[in-house]
Amino acid sequence: MTQPFRLPQGGIVDRGARLAFEFDGVRLEGHPGDTLASALLANGVHVVARSFKYHRPRGVYGAGSDEPNALVQLACGARTEPNVRATTAELYDGLVAASQNRWPSLAFDVGAINGRLARLIPAGFYYKTFMWPGTPRWWLRYERVVRRAAGLGRASAESDPDSYEHQYAHCDVLVIGGGPAGLAAARAAAATGVRVIVCDEGPRWGGSLIGDDATIDGGGADRWIADVTRELAARPDVTLLTRTTAFGCYDDNLVGLVERVTDHLPAVPSHLPRQRLWKVRAGTIVLAAGAHERIVAYANNDLPGTMLAGAAATYVRRYGVRPGTRAVVCTSHDDAYASAIALHAAGVDIAAIVDARDDDELSGTLPQRARALGLPIAAGTTIAGAHGGKRVAAASVAPRDGGPARRIDCDLVCVSGGFSPTVHLFSQARGTLRYDEALAAFVPQASPKPILPAGAANGRFGLAAALAEGHAAGRDAAQRSGGAVATLDAPRADAETRGAPRALWSVPARHRGDKRFVDLMDDVTADDVALAAREGYTSVEHLKRYTTLGMGPDQGKTSNVVGLALLAAATGRAIPAVGTTTFRAPYTPVTLGAFPGAHCGAHVEPTRYSAMHDWHVEHGAGFVNAGLWKRPHSYPRAGESPDDAANREAKNVRANVGVVDVSTLGKIELQGKDAVQFLDRVYANRFDTLAVGRCRYGVMLREDGIVLDDGTTSRLAPTHFLMTTTTVNAARVMQHLERLLQVDWPSLDVRVTSVTEQWAAAAVSGPKARDVLAALVDIDVSNGAFPFLAVGECRVRTAVGHVPARLFRMSYSGELAYEIHVAADRGRAMWEAVIAAGAPFGLMPYGTEAMSTLRIEKGHVVVGAEADGRTTADDLGMGKLVSPSKGCIGKPLLARPALTAADRWQLVGLTALDGARMPRAAKIVADPAHPLPNPMLGHVTSWCWSPHVEAWIALALLANGRERHGEILWAVSPLVDAKVRVKVGPPCFIDPAGERLRG
Amino acid sequence: MLLIPCPWCGMRAQVEFTYGGDATVRRPAPDAPADAWVAYVYLRDNPAGPHDELWQHSAGCRQWLRVRRDTRTHEILGSSPPGDPPDGDAR
Repeated sequence: MTQPFRLPQGGIVDRGARLAFEFDGVRLEGHPGDTLASALLANGVHVVARSFKYHRPRGVYGAGSDEPNALVQLACGARTEPNVRATTAELYDGLVAASQNRWPSLAFDVGAINGRLARLIPAGFYYKTFMWPGTPRWWLRYERVVRRAAGLGRASAESDPDSYEHQYAHCDVLVIGGGPAGLAAARAAAATGVRVIVCDEGPRWGGSLIGDDATIDGGGADRWIADVTRELAARPDVTLLTRTTAFGCYDDNLVGLVERVTDHLPAVPSHLPRQRLWKVRAGTIVLAAGAHERIVAYANNDLPGTMLAGAAATYVRRYGVRPGTRAVVCTSHDDAYASAIALHAAGVDIAAIVDARDDDELSGTLPQRARALGLPIAAGTTIAGAHGGKRVAAASVAPRDGGPARRIDCDLVCVSGGFSPTVHLFSQARGTLRYDEALAAFVPQASPKPILPAGAANGRFGLAAALAEGHAAGRDAAQRSGGAVATLDAPRADAETRGAPRALWSVPARHRGDKRFVDLMDDVTADDVALAAREGYTSVEHLKRYTTLGMGPDQGKTSNVVGLALLAAATGRAIPAVGTTTFRAPYTPVTLGAFPGAHCGAHVEPTRYSAMHDWHVEHGAGFVNAGLWKRPHSYPRAGESPDDAANREAKNVRANVGVVDVSTLGKIELQGKDAVQFLDRVYANRFDTLAVGRCRYGVMLREDGIVLDDGTTSRLAPTHFLMTTTTVNAARVMQHLERLLQVDWPSLDVRVTSVTEQWAAAAVSGPKARDVLAALVDIDVSNGAFPFLAVGECRVRTAVGHVPARLFRMSYSGELAYEIHVAADRGRAMWEAVIAAGAPFGLMPYGTEAMSTLRIEKGHVVVGAEADGRTTADDLGMGKLVSPSKGCIGKPLLARPALTAADRWQLVGLTALDGARMPRAAKIVADPAHPLPNPMLGHVTSWCWSPHVEAWIALALLANGRERHGEILWAVSPLVDAKVRVKVGPPCFIDPAGERLRG
Repeated sequence: MLLIPCPWCGMRAQVEFTYGGDATVRRPAPDAPADAWVAYVYLRDNPAGPHDELWQHSAGCRQWLRVRRDTRTHEILGSSPPGDPPDGDAR
């Protein structure tokens, strides 16, 4: 008989349709509207998991996101997801699920042996074991075994095939929770016309009201839910989000929501994201998140067939499932009676309701109704223990204050130790909590942020209170955002009297070895809490970490307060003195893919392209990343490796002429009457002597005297300069200049603007560069008219006409060279004109690799390699650039003894001997055979094969390097066992006098 | 993510800004003794409570601003152009 525990009617499931699903290979049936848990219960599957440590059989415990037991592995392959709560997983046709943490099977699990070893593995046992015989190697052996036993489910090893979206939203009122309090709040707020977002973690609205037979405003609860949601859906300023969990509350009312867009569907439609992460900035938050029912720690309180009382009622009322046939209800407050009444109405035999309170405390509406129905109530009684194997078979009940126990046969135990308001987000918003003795619960006290708890989340239980408080909170929240004055009446439910609850955390054990679980998910018992207290872990945060109470995927929603109450009792303190652990986001687990959203793979960061990028692609360039930019590495021809291409290109520059795309370098315009003075303060060398129409290499220091950046600054007019920076430092230098002008020296009349993207730039370098320029531009480029370091304006003849350009005669390669800057949208036209004009002269494009070879041969330092954040200008051979006749940024601290010491590492050139290849990232030593530690004399900063020298060369920093030219040392790389003899020399391998530059 | 009040653009999310350090330190004169420069570059107080700091609205107006923020609660008490102190409890 399929679904033996399904009730013939009742609930919101659609019995007309059947869904087929699989659990541990067994094919079962359910209905639309079911969760996996309700369908399993309907099919009589009462063991769904094995517990974390002891591998005890476990059944479904709750009905919501606080579930501590029923975690399953859902789906297969790339979409398989571990630790999915069966109580919230919506059933769909073809769903495949498997139990976790058991081998070989759920029914027979070898791990259950841990239960026999329980005395050896109490809480914290791993802090005291796995150490013998004491060497680290042994721990690695233990670790392999421990690793296999650890965890519950398995993550997929394949890439996530789904896409995730991000959504930003602003609203005046964010209502978290779609139960009676939340719907009342949303209704009240929306009526004033403000922007409202309402979210609920479940697939339908109503929360605790779903399937309830309560009366609101004279009609049924389900009709009220339908009316309110229809009203809200009709308003344009209201956003309704189901299947959406508010997982975290951050600064200034920024709330993270995760919307599960397609998890409930058999397949993800290709046009939809799997989940959507909402970042909502809310004016005021109404927190109507309800409350979590609590566990009671009695012996064997984890047997399958044990369930939270509220959850049992939910399975009856919402899903039309009978969780058992004969039930014992254990409680100490009124709300569990509603569960007993619902179970009774569904045909479950209520064997007993055991209430820890005395008879005269049972005067509330619900206990009276239960009495009137003839349900057996035992006051002043608690459950002493449960009995059974793979399912509960009986419960022993005894007087609260001790006495003989009597045994009651049952297959269902409904437990409720009280309710803990869901204060997580309130606490994350820096709200404080207070312990309410009368309610035996932590309730919100005060928050500096506009977050209003309402209903059960505020410690106000009962439907009437939820509606009234929700309405008031929604109205108040809307008022804070300037909503119209409300005239709407609060919804009303029947009044009820509620008896006070009594705190019931645990029941004393009667037999040694009885396990009284506090945290079902992590297998933490009441004895473990006592052990922690005995061992001195008396702070609630230490209790958590020592016992792992509350550290599982459920974050202790049903158990945290019980644990801290037991700790209070064990250490002789009041509960408020112990306090709660810190509440941290996310409230429930959020899949990692939701956080980056679309920023994955190539989209983690933006990619920046030069104006000539497409030309480079069309001509076979390979690319490298320079910061966020793509730059051509080289342009390999057929049969060439990238390195061969780079060497060909570098050779060609020295022999003929080449062109390289230098658009990515930072460019900053400076204008203003104090521009010169500003440059003099910012650069180490002098710029007041720079004539109009000239450019100059400049070095900037950090405040601590270390080299920050270098570049070339040109004087275009008396108070108009163009500064260039390195590619990777462009943004940093820009920020540096803006800060100096706005914060430190606001009286200077200088304006700065970044123009990096506005200009495309190409450098034409080589002995035939002048020939190419002469064919290209309309000004006289002879050496007399346009000498080395000249700057001017000209026009470039391109296929699209004469393009205005700035022309700079400066050289990075050490050859005769010109830089041409044009407006970026003319970049490709300029580039193609250069290629065409250079064809008769053997011009080839070259990339960053050849450019690097050329500059290493010339000895030009590069930020990041030679200027590595530890070197001064003098270390790099540029000490003379630091002008003695003026101050500059960095000068005061440059005078410190350590930065002027004689034995500092100085820039030198190295040539590899014996035809050997310079090792990667080599260190310099005197003798490679020296036993470790081998004193390091320096290190290599840049290296390459030099076509000009025909050997491997390097630039390096070497202790007292300038005194050591001619010495033979060793460049070693111990990681790859390489060692090469090198000759030390000046850091310049070609044309040290600079004749090629100036000709 | 904080909401930071830019004096020119209004209330904007923290992601648009770059943090710029302590606003209460003054740049020493270039010829000040080495100790003054060492303190300026390396030494910072770590106050608990309202503290003035610099931010740049780098993804917005590119202006530097001075923000008074309580380092314990992250509450932002006021902001102003870098030259003027913001309103709010003095520090």
